[in-house]
Amino acid sequence: MSSACTTTANTQVDLTKVKPYGDTLNDGKVEMAFTLPVPYGDEAEETAKQLVKKMGFDEPNVAYYQELCPGYTFFVVYGAAQQTIDYTSIVVPKVSGTVMDRVECGDWIGENIGRDIVVVGASIESDAHTVGIDAIIQMKGFHGHFGLERFKNVVPYNMGSQVPCEQLIAKAKEVNADAILVSQTVTQKDIHIMNLTKMVELVEAEGLRDKVILACGGPRISHELAQELGYDAGFGPGKYAEHVMSYVMQEVQKRGWEKKPNIADR
Amino acid sequence: MKSKLNLDQKVVDSARAHAAHIARDMQDFIERHTTVSTERTILRFLGIDGVDDVDNPLPNVVVDQIKEAGGLPTGVAYWIGNAMVQTGKNPQEIAEEVGAGKLEITKLPTCTQEEAKQAIMPIVHETLKKIKAQTAKREELIGRLGEGREPYKYVIVATGNIYEDVLQAQAAARQGADIIAVIRTTAQSLLDYVPFGATTEGFGGTYATQENFRIMRKALDEVGEEIGRYIRLCNYSSGMCMPEIAAMGALERLDVMLNDAIYGILFRDINMQRTIVDQFMSRVIIGYCGIIFNSGEDNYLTTDDAYEAGHTVTSSQFINEAFALLANIKEEQMGLGHAFEMDPSIEDGFLYELAQATLTREVFPKARLKYMPPTKFMTGNIFKGHVQDALFNLIAVWTNQSLQLLGMLTEAIHTPHMHDRYLSIENAEYVFNNARHLGDEIEFKEGGIIQSRAQDVIKKADALLAEIEEEGLFSTIEKGKFGGVKRPKDGGHGLEGVSIKGDNYFNPFIPMMLGGEI
Ligand code: B12
Repeated sequence: MSSACTTTANTQVDLTKVKPYGDTLNDGKVEMAFTLPVPYGDEAEETAKQLVKKMGFDEPNVAYYQELCPGYTFFVVYGAAQQTIDYTSIVVPKVSGTVMDRVECGDWIGENIGRDIVVVGASIESDAHTVGIDAIIQMKGFHGHFGLERFKNVVPYNMGSQVPCEQLIAKAKEVNADAILVSQTVTQKDIHIMNLTKMVELVEAEGLRDKVILACGGPRISHELAQELGYDAGFGPGKYAEHVMSYVMQEVQKRGWEKKPNIADR
Repeated sequence: MKSKLNLDQKVVDSARAHAAHIARDMQDFIERHTTVSTERTILRFLGIDGVDDVDNPLPNVVVDQIKEAGGLPTGVAYWIGNAMVQTGKNPQEIAEEVGAGKLEITKLPTCTQEEAKQAIMPIVHETLKKIKAQTAKREELIGRLGEGREPYKYVIVATGNIYEDVLQAQAAARQGADIIAVIRTTAQSLLDYVPFGATTEGFGGTYATQENFRIMRKALDEVGEEIGRYIRLCNYSSGMCMPEIAAMGALERLDVMLNDAIYGILFRDINMQRTIVDQFMSRVIIGYCGIIFNSGEDNYLTTDDAYEAGHTVTSSQFINEAFALLANIKEEQMGLGHAFEMDPSIEDGFLYELAQATLTREVFPKARLKYMPPTKFMTGNIFKGHVQDALFNLIAVWTNQSLQLLGMLTEAIHTPHMHDRYLSIENAEYVFNNARHLGDEIEFKEGGIIQSRAQDVIKKADALLAEIEEEGLFSTIEKGKFGGVKRPKDGGHGLEGVSIKGDNYFNPFIPMMLGGEI
């Protein structure tokens, strides 16, 4: 972060005690919108105020409230946050290794692995969303980032959507995949957690857990969540084919699989 | 009305003629085949409902037994008629005996086709009367209560729990919604049966069951009486049980149903032969009972680019129209779909959206066009999202769209929260009211961006339709012309449920619903 961003008009930001910024440093200003299951009226307004206060905000100010239907009221509330966070002690788990672009990845694999890297990917179980996994694998990629099909020295298999875990694992074994790429988009009622967990369990049951790199991705997936679920890596929004391949190829090297294209030998 | 787009009517007529030939060609295939779901639909119309002791729906149990015995080419109508003649029991009793393992329907002595027909025809007439009564009831309620003004404000509920859905739906109606769509749970489209009873657990939506339809219909009728406006109910006649769900919709007075000749093939990987046959009976039912169908062209733009693939939407609309005409559906019931899905970063993107929406209206002047909101380019920036939705609403009122599926500012994050719906209804009401007669005031510059874009789209649609006519619909889909998705003719789910019709096959409902006799 450049120093210009950490100074404001007349005060120095204390990065060990950060709070929201409205128009004056440390004013803590936050806007919130929510609904309470209470009838519209003065009591509703007061309830919202007290709730926001309990949430840790000073000066709660109900800027707008409106009946949604009998028994439900919608609020827009401002408050001043009191809590602070020590920015300097923040640690975010990140996928390890250097990120290279498409061409660099292809060359790197040629030089360092000396064989093709094979991956299989799918949107698994009940999930019918393909655009995420297609963005990673299909030739045309997404937002100007080409997919793995365009990479040199990479052989990707895209199984599409609603693929049962069993089928994806069978394919990985059939083609001796270095990595399995799992996509999950629907997260309602934590269905993605259920599906992703099922995948890990089946991979373990098959005795494959340390013989294949297991990565997942999707709009609500972070590397941290992926690791918690037992994956090697996780990729969320803004991550493209080059991110995944940079990771996978370096991991293949780390695991010493250069001369082990067959799963059985790993 | 004078064309604002300066369209060449010859191109429009040519596109329409190609689509008619494409559908006609498919119709020959359709008429030679039936499917397990088509047959289950007949059973439902004959009054068979409920489940056996392991929760298999009785229509499935009966069809499966007949199919295993190789009796499907004759059609279940015959087998039930025959069983009635032989046992003196009614269809439900017969189905229960099959379910209890007490009856093998194809092992009974057999009567003539004529005798079987005679046995079931009173029930057929009874069912048609029930459906007509529902249609009349809709007309009566609209007449008495009135209805919202087009573009109808159409919102979804998707809690997974039908009772929670009721609460959300009634709230939305009170806030101004005209149509409530109950989104179906993830993956119901691939179930080859319709679950039974009221349900409270679903992912991203709620099971479509006849009981759930009934519960929601009642709730919307109640709130409609209270606010003095008829509230339309929408669900999905799509997936592996397309015609069965249409039947449930007809019986429970749904008003709008998602129903597309191609969507299931492309987006759910349902076998194309299965879907094409299934969609026919579902559309005949829809046509018969006055439901507005919604086709799913908007979805192509989630997997393909809206600027590049605008003409595939128009082409598909022509095809959906042509299939609808073969199923005797009135133009006023054709909710042809399209969407506001261009990348918001394109310069003049709004003009191209306006061109496409105006084109769709001019080419299908009487259709109840269903206009879908931005979804793919909605992000976690809900503030920008609300603006995207406002632009979408502006085009809708400007170009006289009929069913406006309201965009939600939180589209990229979750299914709508109660106040998301409120904000989107407020957004639509503001824009619709403020710009009500904009379309009457504004004409487009001759040869300008909007006219040129529309002319280009219709020309490309005509060319694509000519190509499809030449090639056949099945192989066009195999080549990935729609939504950039390729599907093989013998691949996907549900092919095993398609059967050739035998010489003595009959389905009493299709001819009766098409206005003839059997
Ligand atoms: C397009 C779309 C559809 C299309 C999908 C077409 C297709 N073939 O994919 C259709 C219309 C079919 C569809 C259907 C449904 N959808 Co939908 N859909 C969307 C939409 C509009 C865009 C998603 C998308 O394509 N994003 C673009 C891609 C590129 O982004 P991405 O997936 O995040 O991928 C990126 C990263 O996450 C990452 N990534 C993704 N996967 C992977 C995998 C690996 C290994 C790696 C490394 C990286 C990676 O890389 C990508 C590039 O950066 C979203 C709303 C939105 N704006 O997000 C709703 C949305 C995702 N859908 C939703 C729902 C509920 C459904 C349905 C369940 C609705 C229903 N009840 O029928 C059905 C799904 C049925 C089923 N069985 O799954 C909800 C999900 C809510 C939730 N949080 O659970 C959303 C958010 C809409 C909403 N607000 O309700 N949908």
